[in-house]
Amino acid sequence: MKFQVNNNEVYASTGGRPFDKNKPLIIFVHGSGLTHMTWVLQTRYFAFHGYSVLALDMPGHGLSGGESLKSIEDMADWVSDVIDAVGYKEASLVGHSQGCLVTVECTARNPDKIKTLSLMGGAGAIPMNPELLFLAENNDPKAVELMMDWAHGPAGHFGGHPVPGLYHINTGSMLAKTRTIKNTLGVDFRACDNYKNGFEAAKQIKIPTLSILATDDKMCPVKEGKKLANLIEGSQIDIIDNCGHMMLLEEADRVLNVLKKFITTNYPAN
Amino acid sequence: MSDKKGMDPKTYKFDTLSLHAGYQPHKNAGSRQVPIYQTTSYLFDDVDHAAALFNLERGGHIYSRISNPTVAVLEERVASLEGGTAALATSSGMSAIFLAVMTLCEAGDHLVVSSQLYGGTVNLFRLTLPKFGIKTTFVKPRDTEGFKKAIQKNTKGIFGELVGNPGNEIMNMPEIAKIAHDAGIPLMVDATYQTPYLCKPIDHGADIVVHSLTKWMAGHGSSMAGIIVEGGKFDWMQNDKFPTMTQPYEGYHGLSFAEEFGPTAFTMKARAEGMRDFGPCLSPQNAWNVLQGIETLSVRMKKHCENAEKMVEYLLGHESVAWVSHPSVPDHPDHDLASKLLPNGKGSMIAFGIKGGKAAGEAFINNVKLASHLANVGDTRTLVIHPASATHSQMDEATLKFAGLSHDMIRLSVGIEDIDDIKNDFENGFRAARKPRLVSNQ
Repeated sequence: MKFQVNNNEVYASTGGRPFDKNKPLIIFVHGSGLTHMTWVLQTRYFAFHGYSVLALDMPGHGLSGGESLKSIEDMADWVSDVIDAVGYKEASLVGHSQGCLVTVECTARNPDKIKTLSLMGGAGAIPMNPELLFLAENNDPKAVELMMDWAHGPAGHFGGHPVPGLYHINTGSMLAKTRTIKNTLGVDFRACDNYKNGFEAAKQIKIPTLSILATDDKMCPVKEGKKLANLIEGSQIDIIDNCGHMMLLEEADRVLNVLKKFITTNYPAN
Repeated sequence: MSDKKGMDPKTYKFDTLSLHAGYQPHKNAGSRQVPIYQTTSYLFDDVDHAAALFNLERGGHIYSRISNPTVAVLEERVASLEGGTAALATSSGMSAIFLAVMTLCEAGDHLVVSSQLYGGTVNLFRLTLPKFGIKTTFVKPRDTEGFKKAIQKNTKGIFGELVGNPGNEIMNMPEIAKIAHDAGIPLMVDATYQTPYLCKPIDHGADIVVHSLTKWMAGHGSSMAGIIVEGGKFDWMQNDKFPTMTQPYEGYHGLSFAEEFGPTAFTMKARAEGMRDFGPCLSPQNAWNVLQGIETLSVRMKKHCENAEKMVEYLLGHESVAWVSHPSVPDHPDHDLASKLLPNGKGSMIAFGIKGGKAAGEAFINNVKLASHLANVGDTRTLVIHPASATHSQMDEATLKFAGLSHDMIRLSVGIEDIDDIKNDFENGFRAARKPRLVSNQ
């Protein structure tokens, strides 16, 4: 659906169901340069099982209007604004990669508004490889190719997409090329590189939190994910073997099962 | 663009993908070879799991008409080789074309189609699709401007064979892709003759690629199969031409394929709707057979092309041959375009005219022994046919002429036998072909 936030049009997938304000809200926040489509194997399930779902296209990404936000802090405030804009007082947040930085910061800034936090391939800081950052900021498609290489584990490189017939790396590349690379990936990478408050923000989080990590994640390795998770009181950790950074697609079923158990327990549907 | 050099992605290259893409042994009992999942259906964990699969909330297999794990390996493998986001395998090349068209079009829609096509494909567009309310304007493949002129308000796509069957005319794919995209419609290309080893149409602007996998991809003349590959670049939401892609679909609780699946929307719709309702599924055994062929695709294609170029040289110098059409011939009208689009080889399909016309052609066909006379191409073995009396025989004179066919034309699919044996066999054919002329001259 489309709606307005801060005078810009925002697109969010509602998981194939009409948005229903009477149901608890789950917001999904994508990673650098990507779109709402990365969440399709999680959002549809929740949308058909008692929740209202918003898989956002961040400003300037996918089908959303406006320009990409330049800092993780601005993105965190924007997610909070989204909750207000759709008429909710609270929500459950799910983030992937950069989306983890955003949702951690948003949760720390809005302790009463966010009820559960689910992090996939998260870390307290995501310093960027300088060459990758240079390529992305200079609109070089090689930035996408490198990101897809590093972001995928065996399923991405060899195959075995949970949806028959889909090929991970090429699909991911297309998602990352939906808009101009320097205006999405370039801006996002710079925002990740600049963000330094992740570990401090994590210490302030007191709500149920889940971290899903993957053994073959080269972008946010397990040890970095654990470092973040261990700062959050009572945080749960689930580690997936033989899987890369794109676990929400590479091991979509496993991720959905863990997420389902966590959210339905800590933020049950009506 | 930056000129910064340094890191390079370590994603697997063509020959490696030909052997490995789509499959992980550790998820299949360690079986090094892809297992043949000879089953109709798949157990659900519980009622909720079943409902989620049927509603596309989860990925997975339900029933082998819709998807099958062995077939899915083939689909991923071909998608990876073509540079596509997704693929859907079908029971034959013709069912791939039909399913692609039915995914794209509705009654009242129109397509612009190259006139140089396999005879069965011509009949599909000319005679069968009008029964579904889908009309076609045919344009000669070299008439690039003609494609633009033929586009109407209700045109939903352009379709053609990159190298036309059987005359070897080549579509200017990059320019025709631009024409299509300027009109807000996709370009669909049948790249059966090329395989992704010779050309990846998606890199040249095609949005949907179809193959008869029966031919060079499988390569051994054993199994029927087809596939639709999606490029993932086409924006279905850029206009209101494709409501079945962009609007809520009643068949899946209001799902919008374009919104939910973006770069894989076409494949998702083709599978969810097309396979569900038409059902031209590929058998797992045939999928496995095609996978065996793809493992050696680059090795075979190199040999096919090498032999083809030697046969071109032989035919050009032969007294019984009136003309030779192959993109490797320097005076072929599309030689330069072919060099750009087909850098790894110009393919192994040759059309040539035999002196003495139809009677000589028939005598030639009846007297070659090594070359097989049959209605197929892309076998490891050398194949010959006389199109006017076989593959294109259901066409009338005018349609034959429009399709660029003549009665003296022999279609040759060069195999990977020893080249001297192929030439010796042809000598026998040509010798026999000269006899009726000698008789008629007396």
